[in-house]
Amino acid sequence: MELYRLTASELSEKIKNKECSSVEATQAIFDRIEKTEDKVNAYISLSKESALKKAQEIDEKIASGETLSDLAGIPVGIKDNIVTKDMLTTCASKMLYNFVPPYNATVMDKLEKCGIVVVGKLNMDEFAMGSSTENSYYKKTKNPNDLTRVPGGSSGGSAAAVSAGEAFLTLGSDTGGSIRQPASYCGVIGLKPTYGSVSRYGLVAFASSLDQIGPIGRSVKDVAMLYSEICGRDDKDATTAVREYPNFAKNLNGSVKGMTIGIPKEYFGDGVDAKVKESVMDAVKVLENAGATVKHISLPSTDYALSAYYIISSAEASSNLARFDGVKYGYRAENYESLTDMYERTRSEGFGDEVKRRIMLGTFVLSSGYYDAYYKRAKLLQQQISAEFAQAFSECDLIITPTAPTSAFKLGENIDDPLKMYASDICTVTVNIAGLPAVSVPCGNDDNGMPIGMQMIGPKFSEQKLLDTAFSYEQLMGGSIVKIAEL
Amino acid sequence: MEYEVIVGLEVHAELSTATKIYCSCKNSFGSEVNSNCCPICTGMPGTLPSLNKKVVEYAVKMGHALNCKINNVCKMDRKNYFYPDLPKAYQISQFDIPLCENGYVDIILDESGATKRIGVTRIHIEEDAGKLLHDDSFAGSLVDFNRCGVPLIEIVSEPDMRGSKEAKAYLDSIKAILQYIDISDCKMQEGSIRCDINVSVRPVGSDVFGTRVEMKNVNTFSGAVRAIEYEAKRQIEVIENGGTISQETRRWDDLQGQNFLLRSKEDAHDYRYFPEPDLLTIHVPEEEVDAIKKSIPELPNAKILRYMHDYKLPHYDSNLLAENMEKSAFFEQCIEFNKVQPKNISNWILGDISRIFNEKNISFADTKITAKNLVDMIEMVEKSEISNTGAKTVLEEIMFNDISARQVVEEKGLAQISDNSALEALVKEVLASNEKAVNDYKNGKTNVVGFLVGQCMRASKGKGNPAILKEIVVSMIESM
Repeated sequence: MELYRLTASELSEKIKNKECSSVEATQAIFDRIEKTEDKVNAYISLSKESALKKAQEIDEKIASGETLSDLAGIPVGIKDNIVTKDMLTTCASKMLYNFVPPYNATVMDKLEKCGIVVVGKLNMDEFAMGSSTENSYYKKTKNPNDLTRVPGGSSGGSAAAVSAGEAFLTLGSDTGGSIRQPASYCGVIGLKPTYGSVSRYGLVAFASSLDQIGPIGRSVKDVAMLYSEICGRDDKDATTAVREYPNFAKNLNGSVKGMTIGIPKEYFGDGVDAKVKESVMDAVKVLENAGATVKHISLPSTDYALSAYYIISSAEASSNLARFDGVKYGYRAENYESLTDMYERTRSEGFGDEVKRRIMLGTFVLSSGYYDAYYKRAKLLQQQISAEFAQAFSECDLIITPTAPTSAFKLGENIDDPLKMYASDICTVTVNIAGLPAVSVPCGNDDNGMPIGMQMIGPKFSEQKLLDTAFSYEQLMGGSIVKIAEL
Repeated sequence: MEYEVIVGLEVHAELSTATKIYCSCKNSFGSEVNSNCCPICTGMPGTLPSLNKKVVEYAVKMGHALNCKINNVCKMDRKNYFYPDLPKAYQISQFDIPLCENGYVDIILDESGATKRIGVTRIHIEEDAGKLLHDDSFAGSLVDFNRCGVPLIEIVSEPDMRGSKEAKAYLDSIKAILQYIDISDCKMQEGSIRCDINVSVRPVGSDVFGTRVEMKNVNTFSGAVRAIEYEAKRQIEVIENGGTISQETRRWDDLQGQNFLLRSKEDAHDYRYFPEPDLLTIHVPEEEVDAIKKSIPELPNAKILRYMHDYKLPHYDSNLLAENMEKSAFFEQCIEFNKVQPKNISNWILGDISRIFNEKNISFADTKITAKNLVDMIEMVEKSEISNTGAKTVLEEIMFNDISARQVVEEKGLAQISDNSALEALVKEVLASNEKAVNDYKNGKTNVVGFLVGQCMRASKGKGNPAILKEIVVSMIESM
């Protein structure tokens, strides 16, 4: 079998047992990229030279008998809103077309210590705002399962690279579904961790109270492996929880006996494709047959979640993105007449339409006279939604819903209709609003052969249980639920 | 018509913590441009703030010193606006729930010790911005980010001050307190304490406030006095000419001695405050608040009034002593002996001791002076055992050597001669050799007696008791 087809955990074993080297694996990934990247467009920038150098170092360490992390030598792709020292970090925006950070994100420090090999920086919607990766300033990433369709977004590059065999694992970020929805569209596994479990230091902020970095991979174990290495308290991020985390991958346990699974009716409404509902319920049936109990529940505030999400996330974004003003780094308009003119031209020229739309929305909802009507009420709704989840988790262990109401749509299909585009986040935003962990797992295909994802949601810090359940489903389905796209 | 000038002040003071408020850069002044900053305080993408706990502690200290209620639970908020010296384009400050609120400070109005209570609305913590640099050697502006993230407290007063004199007294009190509780350098020239001033006027007797005007860019206390007086005069002129005052912000130009319109109410910024999502709610448990409270020393104004009342010191002395914690502590050590006049202790500390400190640029820690030695010395002066001149010699010795005051007097033979027969012989000689002065005295120029006593002192090598010498001189001439 070609090396790029291995899961990260399989590759890890082979590297450890010296059945293959990290250089070989890295070369295999770049060979694959050579062959498929023209079609997929997953990466904004590639770092072949430094990747091979790093792989070489790892191989030497292994040869000298050093004990290394499970991730040592594994080629991994990084979403381009995660800051990488001395490596271009653009957030898929013209605004940061030349931004080479002099510092690392905490997750990058951690992963470098583990000895991962960074393949390159992955395409995304500009500043993570979007659901199709069509809002990138640089390129449009294609869904490897059907090149006429979007990979989802905003972590479209991260999901597409894993699906196309252009990386063994990737990091994405999820503010309203940006890991789970593309994972669902591309037929891979994506984990959005509990808010506060992974440091956001070095994640270029979109909505600070909702953003979370998470892994995308081809097996539950792969995802658990990467998550185990990136989670943890970070003094540089005050919002990270002070707690100890286990090695999730080593602890994986594939039994769902006695588990209660909640099925909230609001996530199976009219807006959700019949085939999506069917596939998700088929998957639930598989778990039920393996000993889980299904309980039908209600999360009544779900209908308001999308509004609350767009108010809170845009408000925070309008403030977070204010620093891109042409003064210190990145893009600055060429011609301007005054300071204000420089700000206006820089921001008008440097940001794309969707980003500007959200900055305007966010600026509006925070304005004096409107704050109480919008931002304050959205925050109240946030409390309500969290309370409903807490109530639900008092009667079930986890909740299963579709990850997205449809499978991947066509490129350009929703680009002129922001509201329709926003609606693709309807099943995922509640999880961010409540700060919960959720994993998207492939659970079938629609009539066009496009993957469908099921979302498992758990209480805060229940990642082990979530991953166990996903692992259990994976086992029940024969050990592998992710298929590398044939390109 | 007579007008009353109403003043409210917003004082910004930089706190003297070791590191900045949201990162671990040094909190220091005077580093090379852009050398004391990092990705966090320059607001680089993806970076996050971490709150320096010392900042909270220092602000709570000030809260206690100004008799505030401390909010055990509060939060940070973002204040959004664009300016090149503000790299995140928002300042992390506090909006609706400040760390401290509803306090007051009693200011001393005059030398009689009359006080007035000025309300303190709130004290909140926030970060300072950078500095724009302009120079003929380049076009445009450059930014120095060293000051970004230097911790500040903003102390907002009620509009309780009437006129510039009260405002100055308030500012002096705030500054003295900041220095007393050791949370700010208060170095005006380094901009570590600055203020915004709200001024309005109203006819005397009226109980409704006039429209207020805010003045920014006031960097010295004397500048504050000028700014208030200028603005009050401007407002009165507008009103006298039939105009009305509009709510606006004006920029004070101390060099020109006038202010200029910065923005009218319509152009006021909408800062779009909202809770800072990158920082957690601040919890200051009651035990911590209490512990900080216990660390607050007696504050300068209370000390001044106590010195005036208990030791009958003039306001001037009390103020100078209270201003300096070391001097007031030493003063009180001397008082403990309960042997000499408090005013005499004050005179020596504020006089010769302070003079020597200034000349040599030293303080108590650099000397060997003890309260006992100083008190012994003063006691000898009070009992006429040594002269003032002799005492000065004693002081020099006890300040820099391990020696007692009495030992100095003995070793240097400084004891005053109070024995009349010895002194009479000495006076006789002096009068004989100063015939002209004696005659002047006889002709009514009695003030030459000072000269004659001086000559006697010289002849006694400073050991004669000047009071006794004077008596002898007078009685001898008169009996001639």
